[in-house]
Amino acid sequence: MTAPTDAFPFLSTLIFSPLAALVVLGLLRSEQVQRWWTLGFTTTAALFSLLLLPRFDSGTHAFQFVEHAAWIPALEINYTLGVDGISLLLVLLTTLIAPLCVLASWSYIKHRVREFLIALLLMETTMIGVFCALDTILFFVFWEAMLIPMALLIGVWGGPRRIYASLKFFIYTMAGSVFLLVALIALRLETGTFSLPATMGHPLGAGFQAWVFGAFFISFAIKVPMFPFHTWLPAAHVEAPTAGSVLLASILLKMGTYGFIRFALPITPHAVQEFAPYVMWLSVAAILYGGFAALAQSDLKKLVAYSSVSHMGFATLGIFALNSGGIEGATLVMINHGITTGGLFMVVGLIYERVHSREISAAAGIGRQMPIFATCFGVFCLSSLAFPGTNSFVGELLVLAGGFKISTLLIACVVPGIVAAAAYNLRMLQKLAYGGTHNPDHSKLLDLNFREIAMFAPLVIFVFWIGLNPQPILRLMHASVLNLVQQANPVLTQVAALP
Amino acid sequence: METTSNLRLLLALLAPLAGAGLVMLTGKRPNLRESASLISAIVLAGLVLSLVPAVLAGEPLRFTLFELVPADMAASLTLAPTATALTISLRADSLSMIFAVVASVLWVLTVFYSAGYMRGLREHAQTRFSACFALALFGAIGCAFADNLLTLYLFYEIVSISTYPLVAHHQDDEGYEGGRKYLVYLTTTAKALVLPAMVLIFVLTGTLDFATNAHSGIIPAGVHHGLVTILYIACLLGFAKNGIMPFHHWLPGAMVAPTPVSALLHAVAVVKVGVFSTVRVMLHVFGVDLMNDLNLGVPTAWFVSVTILLASIIALSKDNLKLRLAYSTVSQLSYIILGVALLTPAAVEGGLFHIANHAFAKITLFFCAGAIYVASHKKNISEMSGLGRVMPFTFGAFALASLGMIGAPPVGGFISKLYLLVGALDAHSIGIIAVLLASTVLNTAYFAPVVYQAFFGTATPVAHTAGPAHGHGDVDAKPAGEAPLAMVIPLCLTAVASVALGFFPDFFMRFAHGVMP
Repeated sequence: MTAPTDAFPFLSTLIFSPLAALVVLGLLRSEQVQRWWTLGFTTTAALFSLLLLPRFDSGTHAFQFVEHAAWIPALEINYTLGVDGISLLLVLLTTLIAPLCVLASWSYIKHRVREFLIALLLMETTMIGVFCALDTILFFVFWEAMLIPMALLIGVWGGPRRIYASLKFFIYTMAGSVFLLVALIALRLETGTFSLPATMGHPLGAGFQAWVFGAFFISFAIKVPMFPFHTWLPAAHVEAPTAGSVLLASILLKMGTYGFIRFALPITPHAVQEFAPYVMWLSVAAILYGGFAALAQSDLKKLVAYSSVSHMGFATLGIFALNSGGIEGATLVMINHGITTGGLFMVVGLIYERVHSREISAAAGIGRQMPIFATCFGVFCLSSLAFPGTNSFVGELLVLAGGFKISTLLIACVVPGIVAAAAYNLRMLQKLAYGGTHNPDHSKLLDLNFREIAMFAPLVIFVFWIGLNPQPILRLMHASVLNLVQQANPVLTQVAALP
Repeated sequence: METTSNLRLLLALLAPLAGAGLVMLTGKRPNLRESASLISAIVLAGLVLSLVPAVLAGEPLRFTLFELVPADMAASLTLAPTATALTISLRADSLSMIFAVVASVLWVLTVFYSAGYMRGLREHAQTRFSACFALALFGAIGCAFADNLLTLYLFYEIVSISTYPLVAHHQDDEGYEGGRKYLVYLTTTAKALVLPAMVLIFVLTGTLDFATNAHSGIIPAGVHHGLVTILYIACLLGFAKNGIMPFHHWLPGAMVAPTPVSALLHAVAVVKVGVFSTVRVMLHVFGVDLMNDLNLGVPTAWFVSVTILLASIIALSKDNLKLRLAYSTVSQLSYIILGVALLTPAAVEGGLFHIANHAFAKITLFFCAGAIYVASHKKNISEMSGLGRVMPFTFGAFALASLGMIGAPPVGGFISKLYLLVGALDAHSIGIIAVLLASTVLNTAYFAPVVYQAFFGTATPVAHTAGPAHGHGDVDAKPAGEAPLAMVIPLCLTAVASVALGFFPDFFMRFAHGVMP
C-alpha cells in the first residue's frame, strides 16, 4: 500500500513548521509585525506545498511522501503520514487558504492579535495533519486537536452570541468524535492494527461493518454537516470572525467528506453499499433544504452558511454514487466549495467591516460605489450557482453524471436545489450590485484596497482556472479515485438500483 | 488555409470580448469608447464574413478551446461503450453562419444607432451599457459557433447574465421588475431543463458533440423512447429565449430596456440564441431521422402554432409600440421553429431563412420605435397619428419592415413564408397551412393600422417651437422632424436590406440549404 519513504519529510515539515512559526510569533512585539510574519510564513508554506506537485506521481493510487516512525510502541500506535491524489489536493487547498485568512483578518481583528494568529497557525497544523495522517489514532488526535483553536476562534473573536455558538460547535463535533473513537478502537480490536492502509484491505463481517459505518456516519455527517445534523453550522458561521468562517467552510467541512472517502468507503464497503441509497437521499434533502433555506435569509452570512449545506450535499451525493464520476465530482466540489465559499465569506466580512451589518438590505447597492468589489463578488456568486465556465460547474456536472448513472429520479429531485442556488445567488448579487431605487447611502465607502485585492485575486483566478482547465486536478486524483471505487465495490456490484 | 480559417473562428469569438474590455478601459472618453465598440463590431463582421467561402466549400471549421474532461475519464461517466472528451470548442457550419452573419452585421449598424439613441436621450452608465452589449454579442457568437451542447449552454448562460444590466438599465422599479422576471425565466428554464437534459444526454450517449449532419443525431438506438421524448421537450422548453409559450413572459418584460437593446438583443441576438439553440438541438442532437421515428416533428409544429396565433392576438391588443413588437417577435420566432419541426427540406430552409429575414425586419421596426421615441417621446401607437408625415423615412422603413413581417412579396418575409407553405404541403399538414394563413391575417391586422395611421391619420397638435431634434438637441423637444442621422441611416439600411433579402435570398438560402442538403 505504501511507497518507499521519501528522503525529505515534506509532510512533517508542512505540519510542524506552523508550530515553529508560532514560537517566533511569541517573540514579536508589534501587532503589525506579527501580522506580516504570519502572512509571510503562511505564504511560504503555500509555496513550499507546491513542491509536492512535481514530486507526486499521479499514475499510482499508492500513498506518497510516506513517513513512518514508532510513536507509542506499547499500543502499536505509529506516526505515519502520506498522501494520495485526493488528500494532496486538500492539503494544497489548506495551504492556499491559510494566508488568505491572515489577510482577511488584517483589520478585522483588533484585539488579541497575537493569540488570534497563534490560533490560525494551530489550525493550519491540525488541518494538514488530518489530511496526511495514515494512522487512525494520529488522525484522531489531529481531528480533536483542531476543535480547540476553532472553538477559540469563534468563542473569543466571534460576534455577540459567540459563547453559545462556540459551545454548540464544540458539543456537536465532540459528540461525533466519540463515535469516531469508538469505531476506531473497534476496528483495532477486529483488525489488530491502527494503520489506516492495513485496515482498508481487511475483510470484516457484514454486521460489524454496519455498526462501524453507523459510527463513522454520525461522526462525519455532523462534520460535513449533512441534513439533519447541520444546525450547528449557521450559528457557528454567523458568530465566527471572517477567518474562522473561511476556515470552517473551506477546510473543516471537507474533513467530514474526507472521512467518508478515507474511512467509510474503503473500510466498510459492504455497509456502504447497503446504506448508500439512503445517504444519497439524505444528500438530496440537504441540497434542497440548504438551497431553500438560503433563499429565505436576509443575513448574508446565514445565506452563505446554508448554501454550504447545499453544496456539501453535492459532495456527499457524489461520494455515495460510488462511481468514479461521482467521487471525482465530489472531490472537485470540495475543492471548489473551499475556493468559492471561502471567497464569499471574505466578501461578507469585508461588507461587515464597511457597513457594520450583515443584512442584505444594509448593503444594498454597495456595488455601485465599489465596482472592483462587485466584480469579485459577482465571480463568486456565479461560481456558487455553478455557472458554466467556473469551477463549481465542472464539479456539479460530474456529480450529476455520476448520480444519473444510479438513478434518474434522484437527480430529477436535485433540480429544484440547482434552481434555488441560481435564485439565492443572483438575488444576493442583484441586491448588492444594484439594490433598489432607494439604497442606503454608501457614498463614503472605499473600493477594495491592495490587500483586499490580493486576498481575492488568487481565488478569482482559481475559479476560472479550474472552471476552464480542470484536467490537471482530475488527473491528480484519478488513480486514487479509481482505486477507491474498486475498494468500495468489492464484489463489483453497483449500488442497488433506486426506484 | 485550413488552420488560418480555424484561427479566424477563434478571433471572431474574441473580437466582442476584446471589445467589451476596450469599452471599459476607454469608458471615460465617449468618442473613443464608441470607436472601440465600432472597431470590434467591424472586426467581428469582417471575420465572420471571411469564413463564408470556407464554410460554403463544405467541411465545417473547428477549434477546440478547452478540454474539461478528457475522453478516458469521460468514459466512466456514461453508460455508452465509448465517450468523447467534454470540451469547450467551436465550429462554423452552415447553420452557425446564418446566425453569426446576421448578428455580427447588424451589430455594426446598432453601434451607430445606439450612439445616437443613448446620446440623444443623455442616458446614464453608457460605458456599462456598451460593455454589456459587447459581452452579449460575445455570448451570441459563442452560441452560433458552439460545437457541442456544453459550449452552447455556456454561451447561452453568458447571454442571460450579460444582458441583465441592459434590461435593468434604467435602475427604476420597472427596470428591476423587468430584469427580475428576465433572470427568473431564463435561468430557471436553463438550469431546470437544459442542464439536466444535457447531463442525461451525455450519460446516455457518451458525447455532447453535435452531429455533423442534420439526419443522424447523436442519440443511439435503444434508448427508451419515452426518455428521448422527455429530453426533447426539456430542450424545447428549456431554451426559453426562443419565446415559446408559456415561457415567453420575459420578453415583453425586457422591453423596459433602452431601444437599441430591444432592437439588437431582443429582436436578433438573444431571441435568436434561443431559437438557434433549439434548432441546433433538434437537428444535430436528436436529428431528423429520430424525430421522424418518434413522431416529434408535427406535434411540435402544432405546439408552436399556439404561440404563433396567441402572441399575434395579444399583439393586437397592445397600444405600446415596443410591446406590440415584442409579441410580434414571440409569434415570429415560432415560425422558425415551426419550419424546422416540419422536418421537410423546404420547411427547414424556410424556417432557417426566417432567422435572417426576421432579424433584418424586426431590428428595423425597433430602430423605428426608438427613433420615434427620441424624436417625439411617444411610445404608444395611438399617439402616432400623422407622425409619418413628420418622419417619412422612419415610417417608410417601418412600412417596408412590416411587409416583411406579414410576408408580402417584395420583402424577404415572402420567401420564408413561401418555403414554409411548400414545406407544410410536403408534410401534408393542411392544419399548419391554415395556421400560417391565419397568422398572416393577424400580422396584417396589427401592423397595417400603425402605418396607415401614421401617414393618413390626423396629426395630434405639434408644437414646432422647441429646438431641433437633430444632434444633441433638447430631449423634451416635440417632433420637428426625423431623429438624429446616426439613427435614421441604420434603420433605412436595415429596411433596404430586408427588401434586398426578398430579391437576393441566395446568400442565406445557400446556408439554409447546406444544413439539410
